[in-house]
Amino acid sequence: MTDYLNALVVFANFVFVPALTYGCQLALGSLGVTMIYSVLRFSNFAQGETMAFGTVITIMVTWGLQSMGITLGFLPTALLALPIGILVTALLLLATDRYVYRYYRTKRSKSITFVMASLGVMFIMNGLVRLLLGPNDQNFADGERFFLSADAFRAWSGLDEALVIRTSQALTIILAIILVAALFWFLQRTKTGKAMRAYADNENLALLSGINPDRIVRITWIITAALATVAGVLYGLDKGYKPLSYYNLLLPIFAAVIVGGIGKPIGAIVGGFIIAFSEVIVTYAYKKVLTYVLPTDMAPDGLVQLLSTEYKFAVSFVILVIVLLVKPTGIFKGKVL
Amino acid sequence: MSQRPSTAPLHDNTVRASIAFLVMAGILILIGVTQSWALALTILNLCIISAIMALGVNIQWGYAGLFNVGIMGFAALGGLATIIISMPPVKEAWQAGGMRVLLALLMMLATISAALFVHKLMQGKRFHGWLIALVIILGVVISRYILDPGVAAIEAVNPASTGYLGGLGLPVVFAWLVGGLLAAGAAWLIGKIALGLRSDYLAIATLGISEILVAVMRNEDWLTRGVKNVTGLPRPVPYELELQQAPWFINLVERLNSGSLMGLNSTDQAAVLQTLVVDSASIFVKLCYTGLFALVLIIILQLCVLALDSPWGRMVRAIRDNEVAADAMGKDVTGRHLQIFILGSAVVGIAGAMLATLDGQFTPGSYSPLRFTFLIWVMVIVGGSGNNLGAVLGGFLVWLIWVEAEPVGFWLMDALTSWMGDGSGLRKHLLDSAQYMRVIIMGAVLLLVMRFSPWGLLPEQNR
Repeated sequence: MTDYLNALVVFANFVFVPALTYGCQLALGSLGVTMIYSVLRFSNFAQGETMAFGTVITIMVTWGLQSMGITLGFLPTALLALPIGILVTALLLLATDRYVYRYYRTKRSKSITFVMASLGVMFIMNGLVRLLLGPNDQNFADGERFFLSADAFRAWSGLDEALVIRTSQALTIILAIILVAALFWFLQRTKTGKAMRAYADNENLALLSGINPDRIVRITWIITAALATVAGVLYGLDKGYKPLSYYNLLLPIFAAVIVGGIGKPIGAIVGGFIIAFSEVIVTYAYKKVLTYVLPTDMAPDGLVQLLSTEYKFAVSFVILVIVLLVKPTGIFKGKVL
Repeated sequence: MSQRPSTAPLHDNTVRASIAFLVMAGILILIGVTQSWALALTILNLCIISAIMALGVNIQWGYAGLFNVGIMGFAALGGLATIIISMPPVKEAWQAGGMRVLLALLMMLATISAALFVHKLMQGKRFHGWLIALVIILGVVISRYILDPGVAAIEAVNPASTGYLGGLGLPVVFAWLVGGLLAAGAAWLIGKIALGLRSDYLAIATLGISEILVAVMRNEDWLTRGVKNVTGLPRPVPYELELQQAPWFINLVERLNSGSLMGLNSTDQAAVLQTLVVDSASIFVKLCYTGLFALVLIIILQLCVLALDSPWGRMVRAIRDNEVAADAMGKDVTGRHLQIFILGSAVVGIAGAMLATLDGQFTPGSYSPLRFTFLIWVMVIVGGSGNNLGAVLGGFLVWLIWVEAEPVGFWLMDALTSWMGDGSGLRKHLLDSAQYMRVIIMGAVLLLVMRFSPWGLLPEQNR
């Protein structure tokens, strides 16, 4: 019996908790893409770099706060710097909208033109991010490292294996729940949120009812900035900041959005978790779990890993392809041409 | 963007094109005179390769408005082709695990066909998806079971110098064709999946496939040696060292420089001739490449021009400008798109193979989306999307700017920060990050051209 419990704990520790955390980060990032899609009607390729930019600003403010001796006790100081990161990112996104996207919006260009412009913005941000903080890894996590440490868990359960929850993981899950709840409350209950949904649903009708499109677009960018920055900072706290990994998040994020149904907030969240869990489940080496579950003489020799971690984005791609082939509208019936 | 703006100039731009290309030639000659001819030729060779890549992307974007964000992957496939075709086979590696690898690849193919068969058989019945998943998982497990020991055996064969299967040992020029075919195959797969759906989906799918292709090349050591790189690819042109020994080449150099050699005594003459031969050998090799590449460029350019002028070209442009109307006229929009996507990717694959040939090595680590996807896009947009000659001009111009931007950017940053003093940390940081300025500048160029001159330097001509 304890063998099975041990296996379960190993599984939870190395698969379930990391996938849940990663899923939360992806969900927040995908929500930004889906919001931009439903209001501005294009796939924003700059989302990954937006996350990186928000994280860079937050890291710099964090370092500033740390050098002044301000910390948050057992929580990472980055939380305190987060609002400033969101503010600066929002300003940047509003500037890109004002100087890049607005022109195409008034001209009613094809959506592919927007996508292309977003690629240009992506590369400007890409350079900007590296200009500010360089291309290398940065670690900016401080405060208490563990929310639930290995010793505490072993003492409580008496098992050999331990379930460890890092502060960054606990924080990710809690913050994601709060943000998503706030976003849904905003979209469903407030007047602005309803106006936004109306605008996303039928632009002309919304304009006829006196909704100010510029205001809706501005608010969408600000929400996207907030979601992207929080997602980026949480990802950075969890796995360490590295500019390239933010670019590599682009594919899982798009896959999540399309799996859930493009333009559907709930779809983005579900899609984020589907991608995250598949990625972690497929790339985890099950040797340890199987050693506990199977009889000793049947214990596996190899790692029992379906796919090596270098190919983890192949998982998002395969899921994306399956969705495109089987159900292009996604799980929640998003938009499709 | 892909639609022709109604305000675009209507005049014929032959004059404009001639002037632009003359200016390009002038700049290259200037580099040759002031810096060195070897450098000018190096830049020219890369300009030609960039121009071919830009032509490929122009086929997709300019003819059909297809947005390919995976140029890097198709170029890398071309590079892979050079290994497969031109490197000598590693016999011990084939003996160690070649059969296993082939068997595993066959097994993967069998899995795919089995999955397709089950899909046809079970269509609309219960457990349809589950059964397919079962077949695929089973297939993957079996082929991994066959593959893994073979891969381990291959990679154990003399890992410092080989550790991979090698290639077929054929002349490297064949690889250019095969690179095009490989890229066309990948494009067919992606096009089948993503074309006919939302236009953004193609962008996302190409982004994904290119990352996966490059990841495969980085990690599958048995195929490409991964990050250990394959160096010493065979050349289609003579080697410098052989040339320096060849009597006919020495005679040629002597005759060409007879004027400057005349006044010297015999010992000086020999020494001067020696350096002249060394310099000329490197220039001669580069000239050979230039000739080969220019030939390929001219053939592809001519084919593109002919295609665009033909009834096929008219249909393609009609589809681009109004898909609904073309569809109503009975044109197969998705079919044409697939065709164009494959053709364009094949051209990119050819250029990728040529690039690996020029480098003489295949380095999977060097494929970055910045250099291989984004830069090519800037070339097409700046040159003039829809105009073949425009894409070529864009390839030349943007590559030249890209090459020269780094020293200029560094020099500018150095000059701007010189007042800070050498000990300044900020100055050091700014100098270190000067290289990122050119990314920002290129992004800005793309956005500015898109906004203020969407038809580029050489606009598409009205017919």
